[in-house]
Amino acid sequence: MSKALAARSLVALVIVWTLLLLAPYWLPPFGGYTALGTRVLVLALAAMSVNFLLGFTGVLSFGHAAYFGLGAYGAGLSLKFLTMSSPLSIFYGMLLAGIAGAILGALIVRRRGVYFAMVTIAFGQVFYYIAFQWSSLTGGDDGLRGFSRQPLDFGLFSVDILSNANAFYYFVLFFFALVTAVMAVILRSPFGRTMVAIRENERRARFLGIPVERHIWIAFTLSCFFIGVAGALYALTNNFADPRGLHYSQSGDFVMMAVMGGMRTFWGPLLGAAVFVILQDYLSSVTVNWMSFVGLLFVLVVLFFPRGLLGFIRPTSKA
Amino acid sequence: MNILDIRNVSKRFGNLVAVREVSLAVARGELRAIIGPNGAGKTTFFNLISGFFPPTAGAIVFDGRDITALPAYRRVALGMARTFQITEIFPELTVFENVRVGAEMKAGYGLRPYLGRTETAAIKRAVDEVLDLVGLQAKAHRLVGELAHGDQRCAEIAMALSLAPHLLLLDEPTAGMGDQETYQITQLVRRLHREKNCTIVLIEHDMRVVFHLADRITVLDQGALLAEGSPQEIAANTAVQEAYLGKTA
Repeated sequence: MSKALAARSLVALVIVWTLLLLAPYWLPPFGGYTALGTRVLVLALAAMSVNFLLGFTGVLSFGHAAYFGLGAYGAGLSLKFLTMSSPLSIFYGMLLAGIAGAILGALIVRRRGVYFAMVTIAFGQVFYYIAFQWSSLTGGDDGLRGFSRQPLDFGLFSVDILSNANAFYYFVLFFFALVTAVMAVILRSPFGRTMVAIRENERRARFLGIPVERHIWIAFTLSCFFIGVAGALYALTNNFADPRGLHYSQSGDFVMMAVMGGMRTFWGPLLGAAVFVILQDYLSSVTVNWMSFVGLLFVLVVLFFPRGLLGFIRPTSKA
Repeated sequence: MNILDIRNVSKRFGNLVAVREVSLAVARGELRAIIGPNGAGKTTFFNLISGFFPPTAGAIVFDGRDITALPAYRRVALGMARTFQITEIFPELTVFENVRVGAEMKAGYGLRPYLGRTETAAIKRAVDEVLDLVGLQAKAHRLVGELAHGDQRCAEIAMALSLAPHLLLLDEPTAGMGDQETYQITQLVRRLHREKNCTIVLIEHDMRVVFHLADRITVLDQGALLAEGSPQEIAANTAVQEAYLGKTA
């Protein structure tokens, strides 16, 4: 990476983290509220997980809501039956999503392009219908209730993340930071570079000795672990897990956030999620057809900023 | 011992027999050219050697090991690298980044989630060495997709070289190049062969290049082996002249 580019990404890093760390303080003056920031973080993490595959491996999954939902149900069910620890419930949610992703991923990775997307939708819908039908465990159409996030117990003191919105925001931000740091480290590693190689030219990647299917499977599994964390945080945010969170239209929302924000950039999906959530928040109080405005914006972005809202900042040449 | 031993391989696509019972032995350190008219099955033959697809019949032995059933990436790990007739590169990455992928695979870092300082420095040295060799050092930080055609071909050769192969397969390295670039590539291939002691098999249309470089020449026609011999023998071969040289002359 050239010096100019390194400086640029350092500046981006400082801006992003300053904004995120201070969000509970600058959001209210702009008419926002902390819970809105929390929603942005959670959905951004999901969109970044989808983009880990889409933007950096070149593989479009249209079924990632399934693993998002598994993370949510995993966290909800473990809080209900297994543990009183919020962080542990996130761990369980992540584990459930990641393991399911590893198993199904092995069946999916040989497909390419549209076929890959279709198979991911199909497997995703399986989980949607399971959550929908298995009412005794999942609450069916009503969703999973009867659990709530628990205060963080540090022995000497505890932090109330249930009623203190700011505390919960920082709780979510902590996990967001953890997962995005892991993502960033992987993307800068030799393994991450093989992902980009596969995105750029699968044939060349294969003839450089990369076992392409195995690497896509690993990237797919990792992204399922990541989105599992997002799903678990989503369940804790709402104290509720909804079967619609597993539906493929939810997967479509994640893809839309990633593409709108800029799928070739690391932080693009965060911007995409912010635009999406904020538009939803304001427009849904004005009209029930808020989605058509989001859709219109999406079309405009794709037409005029094909690299996404953040994409145009990126230089085309590093020379 | 021969580095490459191909025994009676055939490739059939439905009713079309693209390669028909071709045998070929390449000695270690040799520079072999494969020529033949369009549709002779040269690229299909290359695809069989490199593992792009498996042969319908026959066996391929590389370095004393039967690799007939091995997928391409395993053959790369055993020391085989190739380029393509239509350049296959990572267009949105820089020249350096393109070559680094190969160097890291060669070093066995493919699954590493992290690379230490000394390892990173060693990789950078390996990449720089290859870029010096092909003369792309000055363009190391340009995006490969923005380079001229000739430089892109060189970048692809550099990627193959980053794997430090025992056997290098070049599919028409001078395709689409002007005289000056063709000369440069010819010089490069000769240097690789002499200085790096690399066994090279190349497909080439430009007869000047072929007769200038090759130790031995294999001629394919309609999927079958037509002739094999030294450049002098091939030039004097009447069957070859009829099938191939006669038509282009």
